[in-house]
Amino acid sequence: MAELTLPQNSKVQKGKEYPLEDGCENKKGFSIYRWSPDDDENPRTDYYEIDLSKCGPMVLDAIIKIKNEIDPTLTFRRSCREGICGSCAMNIDGVNTLACTKSIDDIKGDIKISPLPHQPVIKDLVPDLTNFYEQHKSVQPWLKTKSDQPEKEWYQSKEDREKVDGMYECIMCACCSTSCPSYWWNPDKYLGPAALLQANRWIKDSRDEYKEERLDELDDAFKVYSCRTIMNCAKSCPKGLSPAKAIADIKKELATRK
Amino acid sequence: MANKNKIDTIERPMSPHLQVYKISFTMIMSMMHRISGFILYLGSFLFLVWYLSIFFGQDAYNYVNQLFSLSIVKLALFLFTWIFFHHLFGGIRHFIWDIGLGFDLNSIEWLARLTILFSFISASLLWIL
Repeated sequence: MAELTLPQNSKVQKGKEYPLEDGCENKKGFSIYRWSPDDDENPRTDYYEIDLSKCGPMVLDAIIKIKNEIDPTLTFRRSCREGICGSCAMNIDGVNTLACTKSIDDIKGDIKISPLPHQPVIKDLVPDLTNFYEQHKSVQPWLKTKSDQPEKEWYQSKEDREKVDGMYECIMCACCSTSCPSYWWNPDKYLGPAALLQANRWIKDSRDEYKEERLDELDDAFKVYSCRTIMNCAKSCPKGLSPAKAIADIKKELATRK
Repeated sequence: MANKNKIDTIERPMSPHLQVYKISFTMIMSMMHRISGFILYLGSFLFLVWYLSIFFGQDAYNYVNQLFSLSIVKLALFLFTWIFFHHLFGGIRHFIWDIGLGFDLNSIEWLARLTILFSFISASLLWIL
């Protein structure tokens, strides 16, 4: 059953404020979710102000600046800073996205940042994605074959290769799955948009010889069919992919196969 | 390893979800589709009352008809027909998705808008005619 409110230990309180001195013309406020495992306190929202004329253009630049210059305890994941590693996925201004590809100028007023929704928090903006990775693993996202190993590579025509366009680009940042209310309410039974997009990526691969087995595995009341086409996944994907379409493809395969 | 055990026993907070997520049009439409489905189920009892009144004779039938012609009940009936069409067009929207069409971000919004528009037009037409 869906729990619409946060448990008692997760309610967010008002935190500290780090205002800039007066006189800064180009300042921006950031309200950031904080929680530390080292004390027994509830999560809180800390408020920071920075001078944008001394900061890079992306939200990631801003939080790195905050960590370097104001509060070194602020914790978040980041790596490539160009939208390919998927580490800095977080909820920015109410929508999941990558901090490194989200422009500060896109958001009017203060910028609110919290971890990817409905996940256990390890610290601050770092969620525990163990369940998410387990589900990815469960769809066996690798090439599975029955015929003998060819002498060279497994051949794939250009046309067949194009069939996995719109899916192979997925960077597993978890923006989509953690934006999905169906996934929030059934994280244990529903595979979620990211794992299903990956599943479809291998179902559609011309070289894979386990399509039927893959579909058998997915043919369950919850794994696929918990998708209600709410469309948060497609709207939040920082790579512009549509997990909703991939899920519809799987449903279609399941409905039309013999 | 001792450190790892400590981590396992920590009660972690759950990150905010509905509290922070920006409510989108398609999110509302999904909720409306489920709520309208439930109301249709309840609303079907109104028809049951109407049919049953025939069974109980002329007086009961007239009484129910009078009741249904009260403006407040009429408004409720109008809303009920709107909900009916909302669910109907919502179903067609889902059917379009089920055959694999209309998944780009523009179509998503337009399908939602058209559902609202057509449901209002249909409900209004039904009451005007």
